[in-house]
Amino acid sequence: MNFLDLARIASPEIAVVLGALGALAVDLAQRGRGAGSSRTGAIWVGVASCVVAALILVLGGATGAAPGGMLANGPVVGWIKAILALLTAGTLLLSVRGGFTMHVGEFVATVLLGGVGMMLIASSENVLMMFLALELASVSLYILTGFNKRDPQSGEAALKYFLFGGMAGAFLLFGLSLIYGATGAIEFQGIRARLEGQPAHPLLLAGLVMVLVGLGFKVAAAPFHFWAPDAYQGAPTPAAGFIAAGSKVAAFFILAKFTGMALDEVSGRANWGDFASGWAPILALMAAASMLWGNLAALRQRNVKRLLAYSAVAHAGYTVVAIAAGGSEVVPAVGFYAVTYAFTTLGAFGVAGWVEARTGGTDFEHFAGLSRRSPVAALCLGVFLLSLAGIPPLAGFFGKFFLFLVALNGDAGALGLLWLVGLGTATTCVSFYYYLRLLKVVFVDEIDPRLSTEPGDGSGLIELTTILVAAVVVVVAGCAPALLLNPLGLTATVVP
Amino acid sequence: MMALTLTLWISLAGAVVTAVLGRERPSVARVLALVSAMLGAGAAIFGAWQLGTPTGLVTLVRVPWIPALGIEFHLAADGVSLVLLVLTGIAAVAGILFSWNVEDRANEFFALYLMLIAGVYGVFMSFDLFQFFAFYELAIVPKYFLIAIWGSTRREYGAMKLALYSFIGSAMVLVGMIAMYVVAGLGSFDMVRLSSASLPNGFQVWAFPLMTVGFAILAGLWPFHTWAPTGHVAAPTAASMLLAGVVMKLGAYGVLRVGLMLMPDGAKLWGPALAALAVIGIVYAALVALVQQDFKFVIGYSSVSHMGFVLLGLAAANPRGVAGAILQMFSHGVIAGLLFGVVGRMVYDRTHTRELTILEGLSLARALPFAAVIFTLASMASMGLPGFSGFVAELQVLLGAWQSFPVAALAGGVGVVISVAFTLRVLQRAFLVAPGMVADGGGLTALDEHAGPITWAEKVGALLLLGTSLAVGVYPRLLMDWIDAGLQTPGFEALRTTMGWP
Amino acid sequence: MKPPLITLLTLAPLLGAMVVGFGLAGNGRGAMARTVALGWQVAILVGALVLAVLFDAGTGAMQWVERAAWVPSLGVEYHVGLDGLGLVSILLAAAVPLLASLMSTGVDRGREALYYAMLLLLQCGLFGTFTAQNFFHWFLFWEISLVPAYVLVRLFGGSKAGPASFQFFVYTMVGSVAMLLGFLALYAATGSFDFSELARWGRSGRLGAALAEKLPWADGLASGDHLVWWVFGGVLLGFAVKVPLWPFHTWLPDTYTQAPTPVTMVLTGVMSKMGVYGLLRIVAPIFPEQLRGAQEILVVLALATILLPTLAAFAENDLKRVLAYSSINHLGYCLLAVFTVIPGTQGGNWMDLAGAPALNGLILQMLNHGLTAAALFAFVATLERRTGGVRDLDQFGGLRRVAPVFCGLMGISMFASIGLPGLNGFVSEFLIFKGVFAVAPGAASIAVLGLLTTAVFLLGAMKRMFHGPREREWLDFTDLTTRERIQLGAPVFLMLLLGVYPDLILRWTNPTVLLLAAGN
Repeated sequence: MNFLDLARIASPEIAVVLGALGALAVDLAQRGRGAGSSRTGAIWVGVASCVVAALILVLGGATGAAPGGMLANGPVVGWIKAILALLTAGTLLLSVRGGFTMHVGEFVATVLLGGVGMMLIASSENVLMMFLALELASVSLYILTGFNKRDPQSGEAALKYFLFGGMAGAFLLFGLSLIYGATGAIEFQGIRARLEGQPAHPLLLAGLVMVLVGLGFKVAAAPFHFWAPDAYQGAPTPAAGFIAAGSKVAAFFILAKFTGMALDEVSGRANWGDFASGWAPILALMAAASMLWGNLAALRQRNVKRLLAYSAVAHAGYTVVAIAAGGSEVVPAVGFYAVTYAFTTLGAFGVAGWVEARTGGTDFEHFAGLSRRSPVAALCLGVFLLSLAGIPPLAGFFGKFFLFLVALNGDAGALGLLWLVGLGTATTCVSFYYYLRLLKVVFVDEIDPRLSTEPGDGSGLIELTTILVAAVVVVVAGCAPALLLNPLGLTATVVP
Repeated sequence: MMALTLTLWISLAGAVVTAVLGRERPSVARVLALVSAMLGAGAAIFGAWQLGTPTGLVTLVRVPWIPALGIEFHLAADGVSLVLLVLTGIAAVAGILFSWNVEDRANEFFALYLMLIAGVYGVFMSFDLFQFFAFYELAIVPKYFLIAIWGSTRREYGAMKLALYSFIGSAMVLVGMIAMYVVAGLGSFDMVRLSSASLPNGFQVWAFPLMTVGFAILAGLWPFHTWAPTGHVAAPTAASMLLAGVVMKLGAYGVLRVGLMLMPDGAKLWGPALAALAVIGIVYAALVALVQQDFKFVIGYSSVSHMGFVLLGLAAANPRGVAGAILQMFSHGVIAGLLFGVVGRMVYDRTHTRELTILEGLSLARALPFAAVIFTLASMASMGLPGFSGFVAELQVLLGAWQSFPVAALAGGVGVVISVAFTLRVLQRAFLVAPGMVADGGGLTALDEHAGPITWAEKVGALLLLGTSLAVGVYPRLLMDWIDAGLQTPGFEALRTTMGWP
Repeated sequence: MKPPLITLLTLAPLLGAMVVGFGLAGNGRGAMARTVALGWQVAILVGALVLAVLFDAGTGAMQWVERAAWVPSLGVEYHVGLDGLGLVSILLAAAVPLLASLMSTGVDRGREALYYAMLLLLQCGLFGTFTAQNFFHWFLFWEISLVPAYVLVRLFGGSKAGPASFQFFVYTMVGSVAMLLGFLALYAATGSFDFSELARWGRSGRLGAALAEKLPWADGLASGDHLVWWVFGGVLLGFAVKVPLWPFHTWLPDTYTQAPTPVTMVLTGVMSKMGVYGLLRIVAPIFPEQLRGAQEILVVLALATILLPTLAAFAENDLKRVLAYSSINHLGYCLLAVFTVIPGTQGGNWMDLAGAPALNGLILQMLNHGLTAAALFAFVATLERRTGGVRDLDQFGGLRRVAPVFCGLMGISMFASIGLPGLNGFVSEFLIFKGVFAVAPGAASIAVLGLLTTAVFLLGAMKRMFHGPREREWLDFTDLTTRERIQLGAPVFLMLLLGVYPDLILRWTNPTVLLLAAGN
């Protein structure tokens, strides 16, 4: 392996990093123009770099693996990274208005660096790289959360996110080191090879628990989710969308990969009444707690961003259900779910930002009668929320269906995780209530005459297009899941 | 090209076209919706005629959908489907005719309406369980908005209750469905294959009640029926016509196709329990209807009571019981649609009240003679008098019940009598008020002056439904041949064997 | 191929109802509706008479049979036929509604079309009921006839017509549902809805066994043979309400009183005969063993039906109520005949031939009572037309001197009802008693008491109305007009004719009765 090879494998990340530098430079040149929609040069540079990265990945230009599992770009990883690049681009497009900051260049660069971190997470098969990439992404997100300096809530959220995140990072690092101590390897494959046929070492189990705590924080699974509602609400809306969409895809993917690849031997069992120690029971309990907590807490929310935060907790629960089951279909199932969820939630935050820009808030009453004010945005929001609720033919339905199917398919028809799937579907019903309540506000309620309905600065065409694209992705992925499942590596039939 | 598949595509296309082109003028939306519904109904009837009396399952479209999971897009029809497709077509047209006066957000109204219709058509033609479920759920959301936006009394409450109940039901079905896929181990959701997979008894023991109750919630199974009266009352006329007319049938159809067809052992084990709930529903809902003061609540509870017969027939799980249940689905679809049409459109839109005590003083029979005649006939049909479709249906259900659960047959008979009583009660109080009981000056003055006499659209819609019920009642072979042939298809082989059908 | 005469006769009134109901509705066309309806009914009567003339009196078998598949998977056929019993019923169903229409001069303005359409529809139901030979088909018409009757009582009746019609409808439906359930059980056991087929099962004595075998769950409800008793009870209930049999008669006085008087004519003249007809055509052939088994209870009930209403009638002041109770009493004789004579295998025959006269008498009594009761209520209608609805007995007196023709004709009818020899009622009641005495002398003796009490209260009513001091109020009571004399004279003439020459009817009924007695 020479450096040229390495550069080729890392070319998407390099493209995005270059984009970040370019954005800073372009913005410096445009500084004289003041804030707002006129200073979009940096954004376009960033979007372009993301698109280039995605193209490279999709066309297979970066396929290959660096030694030690530092960068492993298989076909599935390539697709996930391409989607992460696109989500990054989407985040940038949604912040075209950028009313929350004067520092457009810095904002764009931070988003892009966060995107790089996420892409690296996806392709890492090495605990060190995994940790570094997670921290790169997290640090970027801490900054993005606090980017709105005029809003004390934003700063508070950033601090909270940072403190929780730092602690989780420490847990993760400590856990990883314990695993290293127990196995003497840092590559996923190496860890797996060392564990084969060995009884589970207590040290390993301790490390395992710590790693799951750390990763649980990243995916915002209960009970490690306390940062999420504040961060989602306080962060500038596009940044919140980025936290909810991009970082989730990466974190779920690495969680599935780490448990499935590295620690397959210590999975344990989470069957009702038949627990066996390993990560499966921990994940199962985490999933159960997330689904319950997230959905029940969301019932009380009157702010759309907070609502989406709790819904994110719940969705983390659904995803972890499938991860807890293990098996060869976990990666496509989790990948499909995370990707479609990311588009859905990014779009939902897009609509929230759209409404915020026009009415000055994201509480329920700001959404009243949205369908009469902006039918397209309302329709898209309808698609997103119904997809989150799991209504066919939207992507969220098939995603959840597949997750649950994988969860039940684990152990040769014994249906060991039925309790978890049952709990999952039951809490889905709860979630249906609060999504429908928001939709009621949007489609049924009358427009609140006290709300200003001025269109804000600019026509918002770019945001609207981005939202619409996300909605189309959600619909198409739901109607034809095979389009997305094949790239995610699901080609053989699940049950022979 | 099979005309039946067009029902689905026409309705979907109609929904989009109506939503887009009808934005400016309600009249355009109405006409577009009516044309779509009529084309859909035409396709259903022509397609059914095209198939004659199919002795097996006729596949219309079958393409791989999600190959990795063995999911196919599989539209097909047997005799049973044909009956319900025709019902859907007729109910759809009638519903639009009865909502000719919708002005507010008309394009959205009709688009959602057609979307709902499309989902219903889809369910009735689905022979892949995944696809079946997808269409089944597709129907939930339009229902919610139709009620929440255009409804009346406590509409948001009614709509939410309805949507949640439906959703909870489908969540139960979802769990059972995934488990069934895993347990069967066929790698396929094909319902005919699943029916012959002999699912293990241990699975059917818990999955049958889970999925059956999940579906039956939508069919108004006691004690999960409470969404129905509130939902019906809150719904705008067309929506309550559809709700009672076809949407409740989705639940019963699910019990038939998934409960009975795929899990006959479970059906055998749980049949008595299901029959007991059905009979309680029949009698209880009828008794409640007997004391309601709101006209629409009476009809709402009557729907629950009549759907109890469908469930009773299915629980009996013998040839006559099941055939009767299917015929009752059709019959109740037509008759309930008609009753809701009269109450919601002809009466309520003109008098703005549904209180029987007030209606009593209005001398509606003189003010709206057409409505009075139609409602009288519809009442007779609803009571199950011979000559109307309800009789042939209830007769077969009771016959089936005799053979399986005699006490249920007797209780069902009691239910029929109570339903006669409550139907007669509303009929007398709302329409057949003898002269001399009405104070002078009541009558027309209390009516909304703008409402005017019964319009052509209402007349056509009412006659369409009434004529259908009469035609089937007088000549049941119109549908019975389809139903009998449908129950002989391979899909029901397992049921026939398990239950020992001759 | 023979012309489908029965179908034509059944559908004719339906067509008429549509023409009148839909074509002639609206204000200002009432007279036309009445004329058309009357014309139609006359044509129907002519048609029925044509059937009577063409009827082959030499055989008791079904004539003009039409039979075609209807719902094959349910064993339902379109199956009609006519024998002596049917023919008598048909004639009654053709004549009485016509007389009722003639009497209906006081119909609400603007609602004439509805009124006459309902009468025609009722007639359609009656024809169908009296000719159908398959349960499904028969039940269709049985129920069809209920609806117009209900509407007529409800919309055109007296001030308390609401509760009365409700009671009438629901009561009848209870009976119908019980009967329906019974027939469904029979179908489940035998696979047939056809009356003659079911009768074969009944006579073979295997009905109970078949029910117990085909409905094996019966253990839980009523083991083995008991099931057939439930079925029998259900079917019997349907007819018992319709006739009515004591104690299921409570709907009747209110309904008869509240109904407009012409409608009461149809109710008592024909609709009550549906029940008697059903007992003879359906219950007796299908359930002979059960009839025999329950004979004692049933005879007691029949005797109660004969006697108790007459006692109630003593306390009544309303002429219509008095006549209503007398109707129950007269139908009681029919019930007595069915319950005493029919049951059981007797030697080679299926019943004791000594009782055969009672069945002839029964069929004749159906016609006679139909005629007499309808005529009596027609007189009430005439009376009401003159008094503006007053019909309380104590309001009248001395009418005989004011309106001799009216009182004379009505008196003849009353005596026919009492059973004076020479009039029609005597013949049929005599035949019934002759037959019943032969097989059940005790019951017959008790029933004779009914003749006495009826005579007492009817004579009492006549005395209070026709004799005594003239009530001042009715001094200008006009006697019958020429038209009314013809209208009312015709039934009175028939009473005389049938009283003198009953063979006119008996030659039709006797073959039927013999066939029934022979058991095939």
